[in-house]
Amino acid sequence: MPASQNSIRVFMTIPQRREWELHGRQSVRKILRQLDLNPEGVIVIHHDTLLTPDEMVENGMEIEVRSAISGGLP
Amino acid sequence: MKCTKCGGRAVIDLKRHNSGFCKEHFFEYFENQVRKAIDEFSMFGLRDRILVAVSGGKDSLVLWDVLMRFGYQADGLYIDLGIGEYSSASSQKVRDFVLARQANLRHVSLEQDYGYGVPEAARRLRRAACSPCGLSKRYIFNREALEGSYDVLATGHNLDDEAAVLFGNVLRWNTGYLGRQYPVLEEDPGGLVRKVKPLIRLTERETAAYAVLQGVDYIVEECPKAIGARTTLYKQLLNDLEIQSPGSKQQFLYGFYERGHDSFEASRDVALTPCTECGQPTTREGLCAFCQVRSRLLTVRA
Ligand code: SF4
Ligand SMILES: [Zn+2]
Ligand SMILES: [Zn+2]
Repeated sequence: MPASQNSIRVFMTIPQRREWELHGRQSVRKILRQLDLNPEGVIVIHHDTLLTPDEMVENGMEIEVRSAISGGLP
Repeated sequence: MKCTKCGGRAVIDLKRHNSGFCKEHFFEYFENQVRKAIDEFSMFGLRDRILVAVSGGKDSLVLWDVLMRFGYQADGLYIDLGIGEYSSASSQKVRDFVLARQANLRHVSLEQDYGYGVPEAARRLRRAACSPCGLSKRYIFNREALEGSYDVLATGHNLDDEAAVLFGNVLRWNTGYLGRQYPVLEEDPGGLVRKVKPLIRLTERETAAYAVLQGVDYIVEECPKAIGARTTLYKQLLNDLEIQSPGSKQQFLYGFYERGHDSFEASRDVALTPCTECGQPTTREGLCAFCQVRSRLLTVRA
């Protein structure tokens, strides 16, 4: 599903595949807060770079929030 | 956010260091942290042959990538655990990595080389998958390192892994484990290879960021058996603490290395003898723990 011009598309693939559609310019920090995710445990990917929590995300953008926490016995 | 070094656009914020870095300066920071860990604990030198245990996940592939970048003689060891789709996908990531970098890989298949896979072993032994899996991995790491005459075995354990394990060990006051939790485990002339963890100064978020920015393609999916593992809970707890009080995780872990660990380190007074089946070192008479479990698995089936 491509990002529509009037919304922000956010997706995660782990632990389960999840997707959200948000509306209007907002910071990465605010998005993570809405999804109840700790910024210390994730990276936020946009194209081939990363966004810090203060970066603003606009309608029409697609971002991946990827968990950095791996489990299991080391 | 701006890069602390050059003022360019930052790709990562590191509150525990009061900094943010652009891609170039993040790579510099990351690689310096690996160098620092290697030096601080005298892990290995350029003449040593290093075997890197790789799972296809971010930490182990990043470790291998960085060690090769530094010019170390680092080969990989991948164990196919026979965990369905997860194993086939992770082994593909490792093969792609090897091909792209002309690296050397030792490949072991638990099913083909030892006659069982992890899910089957868990079922037959009526244990959680991580138990036979951990036993098999530890055994094969050591055996492959010795058979290939490597000087040292390196694993991709990061700051979060080690802080979570430390937290679990402190919570239950596992003094024996506390004595053995250290970035370097010296070799035992009885047949245990030296083991090191060069990524202990970097968090999981940092290794994930390095992988994405450096184009190290890793398996994002978790092992299906890891869901709900206790370490994951401890990692989340520690990250909640870290957000409120940046630097907590490293203080907890480095403080233990500097001031805690020695008090728990017991002299290894148990002598190792060769297993009567495979020759690998064991503290028991007769079969080593691995051969004992394996013989149980293979006879139940017969
Ligand atoms: S999570 Fe458990 S079963 Fe899966 S690879 Fe890790 S130790 Fe093995
Ligand atoms: Zn910079
Ligand atoms: Zn044995």
